[in-house]
Amino acid sequence: MRIRCPFCGERSSSEFTYAGAANGWRPDLDGTQTPEQEFEAVYLRDNPAGPHEELWYHVFGCRSWLQVTRDTRTHEVTAVRFAKDAAS
Amino acid sequence: MRYSIFSLLRQALRGHRDWTPAWRDALPKPRYDVIIIGGGGHGLATACYLAKVHGISRVAVIEKGYIGSGNAGRNTTIIRSNYLLPGNLPFYEFSMRLWEGLEQDLNYNAMVSQRGVLNLFHSDAQRDAFARRGNAMRIHGVDAELLDVGDVRRMAPFLDFDTARFPIKGGLLQRRGGTARHDAVVWGYARAASSLGVDIIQNCEVTGFLQQSGRVTGVETTRGRIHAEKVGLAVAGNTSRLANMIGLRLPIESHVLQAFVSEAIKPLLPGVVTFGAGHFYISQSDKGSLVFGGDLDGYNSYAQRGNLPAVEDVCEEGLALMPILSRLRMLRSWGGIMDMSMDGSPIIDHTPIENLYLNGGWCYGGFKATPASGWCFAHLIARDEPHQVARAYRLDRFARGHVIDEKGMGAQPNLH
Repeated sequence: MRIRCPFCGERSSSEFTYAGAANGWRPDLDGTQTPEQEFEAVYLRDNPAGPHEELWYHVFGCRSWLQVTRDTRTHEVTAVRFAKDAAS
Repeated sequence: MRYSIFSLLRQALRGHRDWTPAWRDALPKPRYDVIIIGGGGHGLATACYLAKVHGISRVAVIEKGYIGSGNAGRNTTIIRSNYLLPGNLPFYEFSMRLWEGLEQDLNYNAMVSQRGVLNLFHSDAQRDAFARRGNAMRIHGVDAELLDVGDVRRMAPFLDFDTARFPIKGGLLQRRGGTARHDAVVWGYARAASSLGVDIIQNCEVTGFLQQSGRVTGVETTRGRIHAEKVGLAVAGNTSRLANMIGLRLPIESHVLQAFVSEAIKPLLPGVVTFGAGHFYISQSDKGSLVFGGDLDGYNSYAQRGNLPAVEDVCEEGLALMPILSRLRMLRSWGGIMDMSMDGSPIIDHTPIENLYLNGGWCYGGFKATPASGWCFAHLIARDEPHQVARAYRLDRFARGHVIDEKGMGAQPNLH
């Protein structure tokens, strides 16, 4: 499996660390979230068989956080962008 | 037909003409008391015990491929009960005891071989941790022995004891652990269930659930609608996909785990040996092949095949432990889809939807759990209450904060 880092170019997946689904939602730390919302954010997953939005960290490269679209049935990577761009 | 030395002799004298298929390949009926989705070890064991222990024989096991074609056919066949936590130990020891009587109970040779499971440790801190685990096991009535390096040397002289980085300091041995023949476990349960009236329906994929006023009343399949009073899920890596069909989100991620066999060699390994400085486990099959595996690839996957970095990592660990492997050729590798839960422990529980029961989250420890998983899931479905040894495996334990996290990794399924 190879991932095309927007900064470094195409590299082996072994240069990256996987950080799970890019749900785009993290509990705020201001105390306004209910325990149920925090439980959902920490423990529940969509876990789709098909295209999956996920975070990878290019730890042995430019150390960018990337958001990758990858098909979990084939491991085909269809899109890679900086996570900060994907979030905005 | 009952299998015995006499039936074998009788058939031998008749030229083996009268053997009949071990189980019936059934056609779906319109209605059952219980449908179990998933014809792997866990699903078939559940159906078998529903009929045998609870007297419920209008049961169907429906399987999208052929029985045993999922993780039951894609594991490293290790059985053991060397756990640490009180939520896990009684369950896995119950499973170990069922393994010990399984062949007599099913009248089927599952090649259960209690050849021992040896976990090596490589530092003083790791010895302390293993001593603690061994003590926890003995408190729960499980056998455990802490070996020093001399004992290990006598058992497995071919290990690399004196590497500067990971010297072997000893090991924790469970002599009652060992291996079983994975396919024979599937076939044995299928035969026992089928003879008690259970319908085993292959090539029948579930495409949806039938519901009436919030209750599950059956399943929609590629071979038509099948109604049932109760439906149980035992589909391992596909748990989230099935749950998604009925709008359930679960604390599960699916990950690929690879395993490997070498070419066959003369007897070398006395039992199962695990490398404590990484994650590597190896045993030798009765055919002579070395069977081994390591960590997950580490990313969500439904592909049933992995990538090369994990292969390289497993082989490096193998060589670090057993330099003797260096000239051995690898014969095959395969990938299975693990239903990794958020604490590394399984779920056997009701779902929030009435009449729908869940058996999943086995991570990569499902094979050894097969008998107890079937027993406890059958108990739950038949009596609507958890079995005593599985009462910690509730679906709501994550929300309640009662996780059973053997490795202490938190909600990071690729690290369990």
